[in-house]
Amino acid sequence: MVDVAGLNVSFKTALGTVRVVEDVSFSIAPGECLAIVGESGSGKSVSALATIGLLPKDQSIVTGSVRFRGEELLGRPESYMRKVRGGGISMIFQEPLSALNPVTTIGEQIAEVLVAHGRGNWKTAHEKAIGYLEAVEIAQAARRAKQYPHELSGGMRQRAMIAMALAGEPELIIADEPTTALDVTIQAQVLELLRRTTRERGTALLLITHDLGVVAETADRIAVMYAGQIVEEGPAAKVLRAPASPYALDLVASIPSYERRGKGLSTIQGMVPSPANFPSGCRFHPRCRFAVKACAASVPALEPRGADRAVRCFRADEIADGARPAARREASK
Amino acid sequence: MSDLQPVLPVSESPWQQARRRFFAGRMGPWGLRILIGIFLFVAIGSILLPFDFYNVPQPDEINFVGRPPAWGRPFGETGLLQLDVLTLVVNGGRTSLMIGFLTAIGSIGIGAFVGVIAGFVGGKVDSFLMRLADVFLMIPSLFVILFLARILQGVGGGGMWTLVFVFVGFGWMGLARLVRGQVLAIREMEYVEAARALGVPPLRIAIRHILPNAIGPLVVAAPFIVGGAIVSEAFISYLGFGVDPATPTWGNILSESSKFLQQGNWWWIGFPGLFIVLTSLSVNMIGDALRAALDPRGRK
Repeated sequence: MVDVAGLNVSFKTALGTVRVVEDVSFSIAPGECLAIVGESGSGKSVSALATIGLLPKDQSIVTGSVRFRGEELLGRPESYMRKVRGGGISMIFQEPLSALNPVTTIGEQIAEVLVAHGRGNWKTAHEKAIGYLEAVEIAQAARRAKQYPHELSGGMRQRAMIAMALAGEPELIIADEPTTALDVTIQAQVLELLRRTTRERGTALLLITHDLGVVAETADRIAVMYAGQIVEEGPAAKVLRAPASPYALDLVASIPSYERRGKGLSTIQGMVPSPANFPSGCRFHPRCRFAVKACAASVPALEPRGADRAVRCFRADEIADGARPAARREASK
Repeated sequence: MSDLQPVLPVSESPWQQARRRFFAGRMGPWGLRILIGIFLFVAIGSILLPFDFYNVPQPDEINFVGRPPAWGRPFGETGLLQLDVLTLVVNGGRTSLMIGFLTAIGSIGIGAFVGVIAGFVGGKVDSFLMRLADVFLMIPSLFVILFLARILQGVGGGGMWTLVFVFVGFGWMGLARLVRGQVLAIREMEYVEAARALGVPPLRIAIRHILPNAIGPLVVAAPFIVGGAIVSEAFISYLGFGVDPATPTWGNILSESSKFLQQGNWWWIGFPGLFIVLTSLSVNMIGDALRAALDPRGRK
């Protein structure tokens, strides 16, 4: 339903054009949940914003292809994109308090989306908004609809955000770190709600997160991003159980687990490179435990691996066979 | 759902919250009471005691000093023409208050309009409007007032409109910058992006999401403009370039009386002065209370 192919995003900066997202491709089927995982600055949010044309046009260059319902979205005028946003593709933001207008009731903010997409006039939209608040399991929805964001708890605000995203009956919801601002118990509830409501409606869900725990609970498939590229893609369970790329391997290893209690937390050495000077060859090679000379020389392609996976690494086969990591090089390198 | 649902507190919008905080304080309500008192005094007084400069009774004696307050003339009488100071003060107050409020309305209107256009449209329009504001800020307004006071003498209102015109013409720039800055800041807020991401039309985003969140500083600025204009009028009339003496204002009553202060007729200068001070004080109290009430850091 949504097919992103060869998406490139560059930003115009004072130091010239900087490419922050390179050759990102993914597709999501109705009712499916794809998680894009990566560190801060890996380009996951930018990819999502580029998909619905929300990057500032005068500061960014987006190339590639984003097909939605069989129609190309890139290069469409703002008036066309406005119909798609909310009505075809909705977005949920990370921080519900700042993503809700403080001086407007939540009922009105939901009604506004309904009216914008021709799903009612102002009279009926307020009634319908209450229905959406009930759909996201907010008790006393009729009264909550008349309240302002500051009068709701964090979890309830994020539920209201989900109700807003659902109000246009979109086919895809992009959730950009929807639970990062919530505490752990609320996190689980909100995720469960998000997954259930989207599955019931056959809405696709693009989940952007850096929390692998969230991915394990929610996602059907996963795409791991590093430095603007997808380095591994596949079914969430398989990728998390047996990562095939060194980056995903280290990422999964860094999750604290009961089996590893008493040992130090596993980390990935070094820093995420800045988009202004990505390393030559494979972008992960300066930090990679498996790097060989070839890794610095040329860029590995995202190669299919098995029926449903793809990996960007020259040594994926050897790693799968249990290759020993090369000796750690000095941290200075 | 069970019957044991929590009772939700009565919902309160941020504006209602601000109003509650304003009236919970001491400064705001008292400022408002004083201002309303001055309003009533001036409104009722100028109806009961009309003033016609060209039709004042002949003075019964030549008296340079005037007469101090007494029964029947609570504010005393002026020297020379033996005018009743109370009559002058209530009629002068009408003009002074009009100058203050018209200036506030005018400069807020223009400032908000220019600021919103500059902030929304951006680009060349923004640069042009802001450079225009810079140009106006460079011109010394006192010079223009003295200049226009001579040119626009025939406009009517005894020079009141000239003053309002110049005060507005030189009062909108700061407000325009204020509003523009607010619009630029609010435009980048996440809820504006969220509204865009959900397909809300731009005009509605502007009216429902940006404007209500941007006008707080404007509300705070309004009382200070009223006070500032009344004091400026007094200053310019004192110089003799404001409203002509046929139309009394607090400023030109002061201007006349100051010539006779050395004779010791304190009532002539004291009562209009007192009203200027009280008005200025009350609007500043209101402004300060509004600022505290609208300040998001002080939320209770």
